[in-house]
Amino acid sequence: MKRYLIQLILLLMTGLISPAVLHAEDAVEIVKKSQEVFFYPGKDMQARVKMSLIAKTGAQRLRELTMLRKNGSGGDQKYFMYFHNPGDVRGMAFLVNKYSGKDDDRWLFIPSINLVNRIAARDSRSSFVGSDFTYEDVSGRDIDADTHKYLKEDTIQGKPCHVIESTPKSTTEYTRKVSWIDKTTYIPLKDEYYDIQGALYKTFTADKIETVNGLPAVTKRTMVNVKSGHRTEVVFESIAYNVGIGDDVFSERYLRKPPEKWIK
Amino acid sequence: MKTLLFTITIILTISCASYAQDITFHGFIQSNISSRITGKETPDPSEGGDFLSGGDKIRAEVTGGSGDSDFALKADLVHDSISGNDEVNIREGYIDYRSTNYDLRIGRQIITWGIGDLLFINDIYPKNYSALFSGQPMEYLKTGSDAIKIASYSDTISTELVIIPFFEPYTLPDPKRFFMYSPMTIINSEKPRNELENTETALRLYRQIQGFDTTIYVYRGFYKTPGMRPASLTEAVLFYPHLSVYGFSVQGNFANGVLGIEGGYYDSRDDRNGDDFTTPNSATKYILGYSRQFWTDFTAGVQYYGEYMHQYNNYESSLPAGMPKTDNLHQLITLRLTQMLKYNTLRLSLFSFYSPDDKDCFIIPEIRYNITDSLWTEAGFNFFGGKDTMTFFGQFDKNDNLFATLRYEF
Repeated sequence: MKRYLIQLILLLMTGLISPAVLHAEDAVEIVKKSQEVFFYPGKDMQARVKMSLIAKTGAQRLRELTMLRKNGSGGDQKYFMYFHNPGDVRGMAFLVNKYSGKDDDRWLFIPSINLVNRIAARDSRSSFVGSDFTYEDVSGRDIDADTHKYLKEDTIQGKPCHVIESTPKSTTEYTRKVSWIDKTTYIPLKDEYYDIQGALYKTFTADKIETVNGLPAVTKRTMVNVKSGHRTEVVFESIAYNVGIGDDVFSERYLRKPPEKWIK
Repeated sequence: MKTLLFTITIILTISCASYAQDITFHGFIQSNISSRITGKETPDPSEGGDFLSGGDKIRAEVTGGSGDSDFALKADLVHDSISGNDEVNIREGYIDYRSTNYDLRIGRQIITWGIGDLLFINDIYPKNYSALFSGQPMEYLKTGSDAIKIASYSDTISTELVIIPFFEPYTLPDPKRFFMYSPMTIINSEKPRNELENTETALRLYRQIQGFDTTIYVYRGFYKTPGMRPASLTEAVLFYPHLSVYGFSVQGNFANGVLGIEGGYYDSRDDRNGDDFTTPNSATKYILGYSRQFWTDFTAGVQYYGEYMHQYNNYESSLPAGMPKTDNLHQLITLRLTQMLKYNTLRLSLFSFYSPDDKDCFIIPEIRYNITDSLWTEAGFNFFGGKDTMTFFGQFDKNDNLFATLRYEF
């Protein structure tokens, strides 16, 4: 018995049994927990969001929106987004009913012709309002769409992290994603996306984390396209959880006429 | 009409004063030009020449309010370089009141119903086809109605009731500027008089069923495209026959895309026998549409549209010799392709209509670029084709035009 124990310690020391092996089964659990913390905090959320789309040349575009979210059961969520700026999208509103396991329902309101348009939502990797973030980066990716592997432990920004590699099961514009997930809060501090050539092409960083209503919230985040030099910085100017948003807000009525109480 | 606008202006002024702290002001300055490239000039010298549209617009949008009520005023100051005219168009000007389960909107407003993409069955609200055919920004296809809209909401069923006291027809291309089929000189246009009995009413009932947006529509009013009654051998009078529409639409996710079906029965109340050739026959119209995202930032949509005329035999036998005849089933196929590029700042799009029975088409390739957040430009081509100069798109064959718009938003 003692001999086995010594052998095990020796194996561990020589790296033959690495933490990766010990954590293998935990990878999915860690990603799950991280998604809950990052995409599902509270029962609902109200936020005023400013996105800066910055080109390599330094040219900037701004997108200013109010985002309302409400969690349903079994991972379902509802999102309502109202655009304040710039002029060509001002007054537009976007409603998403997100389901786990099937395509989202998405509606877009176009104020200039008072039209509620149902939009095809197949490709969640499309750019979100022209930014470096995709729809999935905003509302989450199906955990079963990837296989998850525990790579190692690491420390960034002085915080100990789990490092997880997620590989898409079906063809996606990236072939693998490596995530640094804070061991304490489970907030993803950094994601690296690698393309088909195995080269790094996109990096996500959580730049500022605050405690809001007792919950950790990423109030500043950046997605950099390493190849094009284009980046998007997102600042949550105000954010609140558990504010009591009614189900009725996520309806055609409020798409056509935003709910003043929640939008301001 | 003028009185209503005057009233709205007064109310808005008062509202502005009392809600001064919540006023927002936005708008844009826009230049637009469209030039025929077929080298043909229209016979009318006053507005003839190569240009179909050209001029500047200044849009002012004022919104404000507090609590349960607010208002919006969107007005265009328009300079038309071709006619030299300047005018103010109130695009929208309304007051909203909101209670727990009801909304009320009174004034000039744009209302859009139905699921069709540039095809309309249950959307019986005013449109401007002249704007579409001369390459003005797409929003100008729709124009405002002076109306009262009462909406109610519940989990079981939501409704919208629209009352339009003042009739407004579609704006169709003007023979002064467009080559088109116009066999007779129009000497008068008899719009329904502004009387209580001519008030149009439209009702929409909707709810979600199994994830599908399901809607029922009912309309009682008038055709918005005129009938033409001969006044003499060379002259005619335009008029707007009575119409009722009973329709439905269903739209939802299907086969990795969005599927939509819309249908409507057009009851031509003045010609139920279908033997008056000046008035449209009753018809059943339908749209079958499907759109899907095929790859990142690329969407394709197809629609199949049909218009089946009832009492076709009576129509055929009443039609005078030499008049253009429509088929019993008129069909259209549309295709829309959209590719977004360069972080959604560049949009390439194509919209096309094709009718297998009329053998005509209308194709609009377009490119739009957002130069900055406040400045965008758009350019495109309106191509009309057809074997016959008397079909809907075929008659515009000589009007192929290039258009461009530049808009600064503030």
